Amino acid sequence: MKLTDEEQGMIDGKYGKAVAMAMSILTKLGQIYGAEEMILISQVHIDSSAYKTIGEAGLEFAEKLADSGARFCVPTTLNPTSRDIKRWQEFRIPPNFAEKSRRLEQAYLRMGAIPTWTCAPYLYGVIPRFGQQIAWAESNAITFVNSVIGARTARYGDFADICAAITGRVPKFSLHLPQNRAGEVLLKLQTTSLINWDDDSIYPLIGYIVGSTAQGKIPVIDGIPNNVTSDQLKGLSAAAASSGAVALFHILGVTPEAATYQDAFQGKEPLQIINIGEEELLKAYQDLSTVEEGKIDLVIIGCPHASLPEVEQLVQVLAGRKVCQEVELWVQTNRTVYYWLEQTGLLNSLNFSGIKVITDTCILSWPLDNWGFQLLVTNSAKFAHYAPSMLQTQVVFGNLEKCVEAAVKGEVRRG
Amino acid sequence: MQSEIGSGKSIVAGVSEGFALVSSQPFSFWGDLDPETGKIINPRSNLFGESIRDKVFVYPRGRGSSTTSAILLEAVRCSNAPCAIINVEVESILALGAIVAQEVYGRTVPMLAVAEEVFHLLHTGDYLLVDSIAGKLYRKDQF
Repeated sequence: MKLTDEEQGMIDGKYGKAVAMAMSILTKLGQIYGAEEMILISQVHIDSSAYKTIGEAGLEFAEKLADSGARFCVPTTLNPTSRDIKRWQEFRIPPNFAEKSRRLEQAYLRMGAIPTWTCAPYLYGVIPRFGQQIAWAESNAITFVNSVIGARTARYGDFADICAAITGRVPKFSLHLPQNRAGEVLLKLQTTSLINWDDDSIYPLIGYIVGSTAQGKIPVIDGIPNNVTSDQLKGLSAAAASSGAVALFHILGVTPEAATYQDAFQGKEPLQIINIGEEELLKAYQDLSTVEEGKIDLVIIGCPHASLPEVEQLVQVLAGRKVCQEVELWVQTNRTVYYWLEQTGLLNSLNFSGIKVITDTCILSWPLDNWGFQLLVTNSAKFAHYAPSMLQTQVVFGNLEKCVEAAVKGEVRRG
Repeated sequence: MQSEIGSGKSIVAGVSEGFALVSSQPFSFWGDLDPETGKIINPRSNLFGESIRDKVFVYPRGRGSSTTSAILLEAVRCSNAPCAIINVEVESILALGAIVAQEVYGRTVPMLAVAEEVFHLLHTGDYLLVDSIAGKLYRKDQF
């Protein structure tokens, strides 16, 4: 790779051990993928922030860096941590686990990260603009920021994110280059009576199909109405990044690099055209649930973290009813939304209905053993995808209405 | 006796051998693997319950979470990592986990990217020698 004098100096240790290690890791990555040089990035989102997922190895790595005096040199936001920082006891998180989480949080804050603790950093906070070169990790956020905003990031994972934040650089490869952002396969949504665009489960379902059919290629989706909301695209992005390795999709007439068919494919023809119809939607719907009915323990809303409008919808659908005594309904969100909920009085009405609002974290990121949950219900395809393996529970996927009905009645019924 | 199966692109250089564990499904280290046991924990996976520890782990491509790098590193730390990984497309997220494992623990998980045709020649239980320095893949009859 062709490195600038400054970059070579970084590797040679002129800026300390941490910078040398970070730069060395990034250049190795660049060499593997044939990058000729590095590029400057102007912000980073770190997903190696949950102790439960990155484990002792990750904690060692982060603490070692922080102890050596490493500092992030660009604005750096953080994914969820492994606890609600203020109310972890209320959520029965074991104290020794909470302590490990606290140490990891401190390591990042010592290096200068912004304590956003959210997996939806594109909603509120430090939001990149179209075309901006950034280094983001967290699969759903990568997909959203590339596709919906049009900022440019490769699919970074743990440690690459930290190295980018320390050096302010990444290899010039993958989706950082405009020519690598062209659509490759066309996914055509067939008009079907099953598609009700007002039903909030439709976008995660489409995303789930997009991820599993794209086979590592960049999909262009045709047939989504142009009044689709950011929240709906959040659900679609998260699902596509769970069932596949989608880091970028285009939606004709909706996303910024797909104003026209020509734009989306950069003048080329798709390698493949795939129709998505009733059969695929039904199959995805069935695949996302592990059972069809039963007594439920927990309803999860907010995967990725809920926006304020999403919480308002929940309050509307609930219409003053209370969550069944034996059931928990948790809304996962960030501190910004929590503050607004306090300010608007919505938090009081949620709490009155028996709903808990959890911040800073995600229940996939801490041990739920102390709750004994067996059957979970969610409107998130991403959560439904991961819950059976990460939490060893059964799961039912459904729209918001189905989730609320389940919470009120304490059970889900077939259909 | 060893016979060459084919060649591939070296992603992480190294030489390693072991029994193959082959899946036709994309794989995400986060969500599909418990690094503390080396076992596949996703009940929807066709390898549910299998251990990848010391195996030559063969699957077409990555999927899902960007935490794959960290889970691979944790698996290396716990001595539960595969002895080599063969993909059709090696995602940068996976490669990064191996680079960091070399950097932090001085251990190498060789990775080789092979063409679809070569991929289809690999079966669970084969005893494979992965030489991702030369970019070659061999099947061994005796070991």
